[in-house]
Amino acid sequence: MNVIEKIRRENLKTDLPALNIGDTVQVDVKIVEGDKERIQAFTGTIIAKNGSGVSESVTLRRVISGQGVERVLPLHSPRIVGFKVVREGRVRRAKLYYLRGQVGKAARVKAKRIV
Amino acid sequence: MKKGLIGRKLGMTHVYRENGSVVPVTVIELGPCPVLATRTQAKDGYSALQLGFGRRKAKNVNRAILGNLKAAGVEQTPPGVICEIRLSEDPSEKVGEVIGAGIFAENEYVDVVGQTKGKGFQGVVKRYNYSGGRASHGGAWTRRTGSIGCCTAPGKIAKGKRMPGQMGNVRCTVQNLQVVEVRADDNLLFVKGAVPGATGGVVIVRNAVKK
Repeated sequence: MNVIEKIRRENLKTDLPALNIGDTVQVDVKIVEGDKERIQAFTGTIIAKNGSGVSESVTLRRVISGQGVERVLPLHSPRIVGFKVVREGRVRRAKLYYLRGQVGKAARVKAKRIV
Repeated sequence: MKKGLIGRKLGMTHVYRENGSVVPVTVIELGPCPVLATRTQAKDGYSALQLGFGRRKAKNVNRAILGNLKAAGVEQTPPGVICEIRLSEDPSEKVGEVIGAGIFAENEYVDVVGQTKGKGFQGVVKRYNYSGGRASHGGAWTRRTGSIGCCTAPGKIAKGKRMPGQMGNVRCTVQNLQVVEVRADDNLLFVKGAVPGATGGVVIVRNAVKK
């Protein structure tokens, strides 16, 4: 294994759950305010995954009081403390950008049927 | 105190700082560099270290260089690259000593010298970011140089006029790159940002002249 690959692996998290497009996940993000630290949870649907290895990131979308909110989070960042899959979704494409233009019931992702 | 070393660019990746920020880094294999000769004010009129880096086959060493290598005791493992690093004062290192990435410290600023990737013979749009002509509406002047000067007066083209030609494959220095991490045991140096040249290219790392 070359040196660069080794350095990349040092920064990888090993305890990440399997995250798929369409899943609703809860992320715990560490926020530093001055000298205080607190953990903020953000729940949203994964509408895109980008990059691979240390640079892998997910885009989470959620509608909060009528306003669409999206956050791009690097999966392997030390600021991201926890990932929890709340609900698995059934989708047929890799990028769910069409959700941005939809309102109400249409803006939901169907839950995966467990067989 | 000036210092410098020869190394090899291993490639880029990124690392996370404790506060979670992402830092793009270039990893450089810096050393081990045997000291092949020293230059001093008294003897040579300037201060420098002659360093080696890498490997070459013993059969590819000519006798002039071999004599140099024998003094440092590395004639069995001839370095592939030999170059001098100018110093501000006479070096304290002895011939035969081996120096590595440990001479640099975290958060220090360095200049990195390398040979840029060759782009071949390029036009002015790629080489000098000219705008070119219009592509539509009957334009017949796309990607062309345009006017290169006046008429009878002055009757010649200004020196240094930017025109098509070889792009890249030149020596280039990037100044003031921050050292993010030093791994002295593995002779690895992480600098923030990009350095000239392709992965595997030889680079010279010196402490920054402007910091």
